[in-house]
Amino acid sequence: MNEIVAMILAGGQGTRLGVLTENVVKPAVPFGGKYRIIDFTLSNCVNSSIYTVGVLTQYRPRVLSTHLGVGRDWDMDRKNGGLFILSPYAASTEGEWYKGTAHAVAQNIDFIDQFSPKYVLILSGDHVYSMDYNEMLDFHISKNADATISCIRVPLSEAHRFGTVITDNISKVKEFEEKPKNPRSQLASMGIYIFNWPLLREILIKDSKDESSSHDFGKDIMPNLVSQRAIYAYEFEGYWRDVGTIDAFWEANIDLTRSMPALNLYDPNWRFYTHSAEMPPAFFGLNAKILNSLTSEGCIVNGTAESSVLFQGVTLGRGSYVKNSVIMTNVKIGENCFIENAIISENVVIGNDCQIGIGENVPNERYPNIYNSGISVIGECVIVGDNVKIGKNASIGNFLNMVEMNVKEVPGGKNLRVDGLA
Amino acid sequence: MKVLGLILAGQKGENLGKLTNRRASAAMPVAGKYRAIDFTLSNMVRAGIRKVGVLTQYNPRSLMDHLGSGREWDLDRKNGGLYILQPYVSETSQLWYRGTADAIHQNITVLRRGEEDYVLIGSGDHIYNIDFTPLFKYHLATAADITILTKSSAGYDPAMYGTVKVNENNRITYFVEKDKENPGDMINLGVYFMNKKLMMDILYSTVPNGKYDLVRDIIIPNINSLNIMSYEFSGYWRNIKKSLIEYKKVNMDMLNPDILNELFPPQRKIYTKLKDLAPPKITSTGSVTSSIIADGCIISGRVTNSVLFRNVNVKAGAYVEDSVIMEGSVIEEGAKLVNCILDKNVTIRSEKSYIGYEEPLVFEKWQVV
Repeated sequence: MNEIVAMILAGGQGTRLGVLTENVVKPAVPFGGKYRIIDFTLSNCVNSSIYTVGVLTQYRPRVLSTHLGVGRDWDMDRKNGGLFILSPYAASTEGEWYKGTAHAVAQNIDFIDQFSPKYVLILSGDHVYSMDYNEMLDFHISKNADATISCIRVPLSEAHRFGTVITDNISKVKEFEEKPKNPRSQLASMGIYIFNWPLLREILIKDSKDESSSHDFGKDIMPNLVSQRAIYAYEFEGYWRDVGTIDAFWEANIDLTRSMPALNLYDPNWRFYTHSAEMPPAFFGLNAKILNSLTSEGCIVNGTAESSVLFQGVTLGRGSYVKNSVIMTNVKIGENCFIENAIISENVVIGNDCQIGIGENVPNERYPNIYNSGISVIGECVIVGDNVKIGKNASIGNFLNMVEMNVKEVPGGKNLRVDGLA
Repeated sequence: MKVLGLILAGQKGENLGKLTNRRASAAMPVAGKYRAIDFTLSNMVRAGIRKVGVLTQYNPRSLMDHLGSGREWDLDRKNGGLYILQPYVSETSQLWYRGTADAIHQNITVLRRGEEDYVLIGSGDHIYNIDFTPLFKYHLATAADITILTKSSAGYDPAMYGTVKVNENNRITYFVEKDKENPGDMINLGVYFMNKKLMMDILYSTVPNGKYDLVRDIIIPNINSLNIMSYEFSGYWRNIKKSLIEYKKVNMDMLNPDILNELFPPQRKIYTKLKDLAPPKITSTGSVTSSIIADGCIISGRVTNSVLFRNVNVKAGAYVEDSVIMEGSVIEEGAKLVNCILDKNVTIRSEKSYIGYEEPLVFEKWQVV
């Protein structure tokens, strides 16, 4: 028997991350020099001594499943409990995709039942944060709650993006509104819930029979539950980011390069674990100039980097200058390049004399909701070639070979896809 | 072909002074994140060896801590895996290992029991990256009894190594240990490949007669009776145990991109114990040139021509040049280090200045100066 089982929702695409999530699910997007987004949730589990974890996958799970393996990197390869990847499955009468977050958990009731837990912790694999779930569990127990929602205080102007809760003076939730147009509370739900398992089990079965429900925790389960049961709001004070947009993703990465960032990756008592490649330490050449940056193992730096995050195995050629950028694993950057405000995905090869992130800050023509903060994004395995110019808010699709396509310039606000410039 | 790997890792490494007071030389930190033994161990595992015995004797705690269950080298297995072979007390004897041959002889059960046909003996002190499979093929193709890995002696002091001469077929015809007067033209790299049964036969006939050293008592006396072949290795190879200067030079060699690439090519990895530390951070006051910096470091001072291991903290205004700084050391504000070796967890207090002249200055573990 395990007292608590964690279920991590890791099946969402994250459409506002554009090319970054075209081929991988959002929890598997690289973050912070050597991690993937889900590492933070998993490490929080380990650091909170929660070793029975189900990861619910659906959208493009290959990279995520490879990353997780049997959970060995998080010490979750265990005889009792451990890490389980729970994908949608076909049953004898019907097979179906997960129709919503609650449906995903409902489909795995038998998985949770085998541990007969007292509590179930519902987590999201999309967030970057550092949190001790035991403090929330203690709160849940002390309030004798049926369910507890973890909340964080956000500016009222931002609250419309979240589920918001209205509480009374003993933190009991009076109302739960999912993405309200006119928010009445600053307390935003972090998508983290603790339920007493018998109750959650009952609700999930009821919800899965309800034809009108969209089977979502935020939209259906929580708003209904607050009027019937004792639901409490646990106010979390600490670092938490929903890195769901290009801008937020970029900013959370660049934040790590500032002195004393809010997310401390160097805390020996709260370490973040990951599955990473075995590479030698970072090498800095004679002409390397590096300021306010992270440079991971396997990097070979001969150029200049400022306020940037360089992932494992990045090569930065002589005379090249990278500023305010996120350069992911194994990216090769040639000589005399200039790169500013860019996100460059894994295995991209950039030749010599390229300029990325230049020109006017014009919003993206086709995807104004995705690329709008002046950041240029290059998808994975793109071959850029020499003397290429890429403007602000431009995007390059995954796996494109710009040399073969003979593209030398992607102006600001344009997108390069298989079928050409748009 | 099944091969049993044996790694000799029992020595102190007298020449390294204070650095090996509390660890065997095979556990010496090298190149920012590795331990000396990682190289031989990874070379063996990559060659398809699934059972490796590590012979330990001198203060093995640090080495054992590093090796653990062998998981990082995929040696945590149901069949085979990692065997730590240390001296033990039994009904009939209670002896330390009296030499390399004696060490293997005392653990002859490991040889007797396994289903392996061959034994590959290496040392935990050697820094090199090799693919052993061509050596195995060469051994079979030349019908050798023993194949020894060798290298041209150019650039090595023959007084410090075993040296050999070979005939036109690469058969070793001359073998001397640390001979300044009449050295051979190739050095012995301390890697021996032979049939396991032959190894056992030789051990049974020599060790009980008081002959305990693999080279002096087994190989050299049999140079004419056995077909001992030389397999030449032309890549980078160093023995960190030879001297403090050599140990530092090996670390400094990593600042040469050619050597770095040769030792750590992506397709022939060297594995080590992972610690999942955050990427090193260089702050606005920091600068790093010609150096390697391992994970977990926070650099706010100036670092040049140095090797920094994991979790080193160089504070603002500190200056580090031409030095090797091991894991967890802290260089406080305004301190200056030139030509120093800092063992783990050393603290250099602010404004202090230490400069090594002919030999690097060495600071012991946990020193605060």
